Parts: sequence; structure tokens; C-alpha cells
Amino acid sequence: MMVAALPITAQPVAAHPVIEARGLRKAFGTTIALDGIDLRIDEGRIVGLIGPNGAGKTTALNAILGLTPYQGELRVLGRDPWTERDQLMRDVSFIADVAVLPRWIKVSQLLEYVAGVHPRFDRAKAEGFLAKTNIQSRSKVRELSKGMVTQLHLALVMAIDAKLLVLDEPTLGLDILYRKQFYDSLLTDYFDRSRTIVVTTHQVEEVQHVLTDLMFIDRGRIVFGCSMDEFELRYVEVMVRPEQVAAARALKPMHERQALGRSILLFDRVDRQQLTALGELRTPSIADLFVAVMGNKPGNQAGEARGNYEGVAR
Amino acid sequence: MNSQSNAMPESFDSQRIAPAVLSETRPMYWSVRRELWENRWIYVAPLAAAAVYLFGFLISLIRLPHKMRALSTLDPAHQRAGVTMPYEFAAGLIMVTTLIVAVFYCLDALHGERRDRSILFWKSLPVSDTTTVLSKASIPIVVVQLVAFAVTFATQWIMLLLSSVVLLGSDSGLSVATLWTQVSLFQMSLMLLGHLLIMHGLWYAPIYAWLLLVSAWARRAAFLWAVLPWLAIFAVEKVAFNTSHFATMLGHHFAGGGQAVASRGMSPIIGVQLSSLSSPGFWIGLAFAAIFLAGAVRLRRYQGPI
Repeated sequence: MMVAALPITAQPVAAHPVIEARGLRKAFGTTIALDGIDLRIDEGRIVGLIGPNGAGKTTALNAILGLTPYQGELRVLGRDPWTERDQLMRDVSFIADVAVLPRWIKVSQLLEYVAGVHPRFDRAKAEGFLAKTNIQSRSKVRELSKGMVTQLHLALVMAIDAKLLVLDEPTLGLDILYRKQFYDSLLTDYFDRSRTIVVTTHQVEEVQHVLTDLMFIDRGRIVFGCSMDEFELRYVEVMVRPEQVAAARALKPMHERQALGRSILLFDRVDRQQLTALGELRTPSIADLFVAVMGNKPGNQAGEARGNYEGVAR
Repeated sequence: MNSQSNAMPESFDSQRIAPAVLSETRPMYWSVRRELWENRWIYVAPLAAAAVYLFGFLISLIRLPHKMRALSTLDPAHQRAGVTMPYEFAAGLIMVTTLIVAVFYCLDALHGERRDRSILFWKSLPVSDTTTVLSKASIPIVVVQLVAFAVTFATQWIMLLLSSVVLLGSDSGLSVATLWTQVSLFQMSLMLLGHLLIMHGLWYAPIYAWLLLVSAWARRAAFLWAVLPWLAIFAVEKVAFNTSHFATMLGHHFAGGGQAVASRGMSPIIGVQLSSLSSPGFWIGLAFAAIFLAGAVRLRRYQGPI
């Protein structure tokens, strides 16, 4: 593996980077999955990694979790995830996918096993979470519904005192009640400012108010990134009154779409007072911004991005 | 390359020191337990074989007084062989069962977790690939053999006690004494334990390790991939040179590194078993086992679900 010996910044920085990548690359044969990713994720953030299918989200997470070798520089909690994976996994937990819990195992055995091998697992805490669900400790995983398996996995993960939690499509295929509950418990029972969460999902509407930071990934590159505070300050969507469409277009919107016979224009860093005159203002959804960012990229049609992106369809 | 690991920001170390420093053996212990939870047939299959055998034996007891009378007319050597035969047969049956169990366990051990995607869960826990593979290798090499021993031991005792009860209930108690002197269970058990651990455990270790390697590598049809390369080598040798040295060599090796063990049946004296440990073949076999296991660890490192 090629890890370039980059000079370490001499003075320690104030916030600790939990994940730091420079020029992260990964190719499968001739397919380039990660095309030089630079990113930095600080402690205490909840970062959404959003992108169309095949954009490299899972590959990026696999590199962070030490599941796949890579090229370039990558540090997770100060460690090289590929060569120091065994130590790293004491401080990192992940839900790679729904339904990866072994189907033959009993809930009680699962708790016993994780308590046996994980130095930071609090069994009583996990049992406390499970007590709030309908999951019986003598049930086998195969007897549980998909939603319950996810609840079980979440209960295990939340009872691990980890510094970094990685969630790859944790709510895929779950109904809306389970999805909502998933993020609610994550925020109320787990997250605090000393933990960091990285999540990929297609159901962007549900994470909009959960995230502190947002990153868009496309074709193996980070194409966009900002904090949610910045997001709310910078971007504004205007339902433009028909007679003012021309005036609005003159302000160079990033994106324009039609809905219910009205033009909806998305602006970046445009004076709000100026926009108020044109129509109703609102904060755009992540999905709207995603379509705008992806649609503006050369070779990407807005429609194509939309088609690839189920969360955006509306 | 790891020069930066010391540059880890302070807070990561001091913030939360691992609440309990786990010794290296704990993940190993729990991994082995996990295997037994998942593969209950490791002990259910030999128990079932023993139960079936005991059932047959129970029926055969009707003829036991008659058989003992017939045996008492023979010379001591034949007498002994006649009396101990059912006990050795029980041990043989359980041994064959556990051998099959071990083979099928190995073929599925690193394949099943990729097939059902649970490997992603196991890899989310701080258990290294080495620990996982070694815990899986310890099942056929140690655990299955101990199970075989325990089940055989219990079966043989049940047989001896049942026989004694039947003989006591029949015309005279005379043959019970004969039975107990001829069937020396403790000595037989010691030999059996030696045979299981040394032969079926350590001598066969390269077979198990090879099967584990194939199960870590194959995407499907692990059994075929495990067998075909050896058949291919055999076939090529046969066609090209019309010889079968390769097959002879393997056969010789797994017969216990010498005819000594094979010629004395399944319960050779313990000294012969121990002396086989000093043969170079034994250590070469273990070296191959180590190479195969190292390969399995490496494959598991790189592979995800299939």
C-alpha cells in the first residue's frame, strides 16, 4: 500500500480531526471508485455523505473502516485504518447494511458475545434499549422483522462507547415509523459532542435536521461540502411570482424548477431582502440542493441525477 | 509507515481509556463459543450417531449371554477381540461421524459468513481476522476431537453397564467378571484420546486448514474447489507418467506417517502415536496447515460478502 509520508502539521489544531483524507484513491480494475478524495471530519459532527448510486459512498466508508485497501493518505482517529484495523475497531462501530446480523443467533447470545469481545460494550445499556422494543431476548434474529433487526443492531451499537459511528444506508427498506425512530434514538440516546457520526442515505429528507454537515459525492469525488448552519445561511429557495421570473433569473439562480405552475429558483449567497421582493422564501431541502449541484455539473442532466436519486423524486 | 500512529491527538487516548483491558484470549474464547452456538450439529451429530448405535446395541443384548458362553470356549486373544469388538465399533462410528462433521464445518466456516453477509457484522467488532480464523481452525483440530472423545467415552460406559446388567440378570454372574477384565475402558479411552488428538486433530490439520482456505476463497461450490485440484494433480501424473506417487504420498501421510499406526488398527499403543510426532512428515504437514491458515486470514481480510 502506498501511503505518502505527508508532513504532519507541527502545531496541534484546535478541533481534532476524526477522519482526515488526502488524495484518497481506490480503483477496482479499470473502474475508479474513489478519485482523489480530500476530506476532514471533526469530532462532534454528524456528517451526511450523499450521492447517487455508484458514486463511491460505500467504498469511501469501507476505506475508513479498514475493510478495503486504498491509495493516498487516510487517518481515522489518528490511525491508519488498513494497517491498524484491529485497534481501531475498539473505537469505531458501524452498521454496514440492514440485516447483516447473523440470522441463526439468539438475541441473548448476541448480547453475550458482544459483551465478551468488546471492551466498551455496556450490556445493561443495550438491554435497556431493547426493553423499549418488542424484541424478546430468547428470539432468534430470523424471527424478527426487518425493522426489529435494525432496532436490535442500533441497540447494540448505541451501547458501545465508540468515538466514531459509521452508518451505511442504515434505514434502507424500513417503513417510515422505524426510520423516524432510528434517528430519534440516535440523537437523544447516543449522540453527544464527543462522538462523531458519518451516515450515507438516500432518504435525505429524514436526515436534514439530524446532520451538522453535508457532503455530496459523485464519481469518486467530493463535489460539495458545507455545514448545515452554512447551508441555511447560503441557500435560499424562492417561489417566484410569474411576473417576476425574468427579474429573478437575472440574479443568476443555481437552479430552476417548476412546481404547481410556479417557478422555484434556488439561489446561493444572494441578498435575502432582494429576494423577498420576488416571492416567498424558504430553506431548500437537501434534495433540492443535490439536484441543483448535480444538475449543474457538466455531463449531468438534472433529470438524470434525479432519476438516479430516489430521495429526490417528488 | 506507521510513524504517525504516535501522533494521535491526546484526547483520543486520555478521553476514555478502555474500561476493561481484554486479554487476547477472551475474543478467542467467545469466538469458539459462537461457533458452537452456530453449529450445534458439531455435538448433535455424534450424539445422534451414538444414540443410534446404542439402540442397535440394546437389541443385540438379547444375544449377549449366548455370545459370552460361546466366547468363553475360545483362547484369550480371540475372546478379548470378540468382547471388545462392539466397543471399538462404537468408537469407529463416532469417529467417522465427527470426521464428516469436521470436513463440512470447515467448508462452510468462512463461506457461510460471506454468503449471509454477517461477515460485515463480525468485522464491526474488535476481533481480528487471525483470531477468527484460528478459532474456526480450533473447532476441527481440538473441539470436535474432544466431543468425539466425550461421546465415545459415555457411549462405551453405557454399553458396559448395560451388558453387565443383562449378564447379571441372566443365568450366572460369571461372565460379568470376564467382561470387565477384557474391556479395560480406561486404557481404551486413553488410547482413543491420544488417537483423536494426534491423528484426527494434528495429523489431519493440513486437511482442515486447506478446507478453511477454500471456504475463504470460493464464491460457491467450495467442496468442488477443495477436491478438484488434488484430483487434477493425480490425473495429470497418471496420464503423463502412468504413476501415482502423489496419491500414494498423500495416502501414506494421512495414514499416520507410517504403516505402524495403520497396521495396528484404530487403537495403537499411545507410544506409537507419540513417536509419530517426531517424524518430519508430521511437521511438514503442520507447516502446510500454517501456510493454508495464513492464506485464509489474508483472504478474509480482503473479502466482503458474496
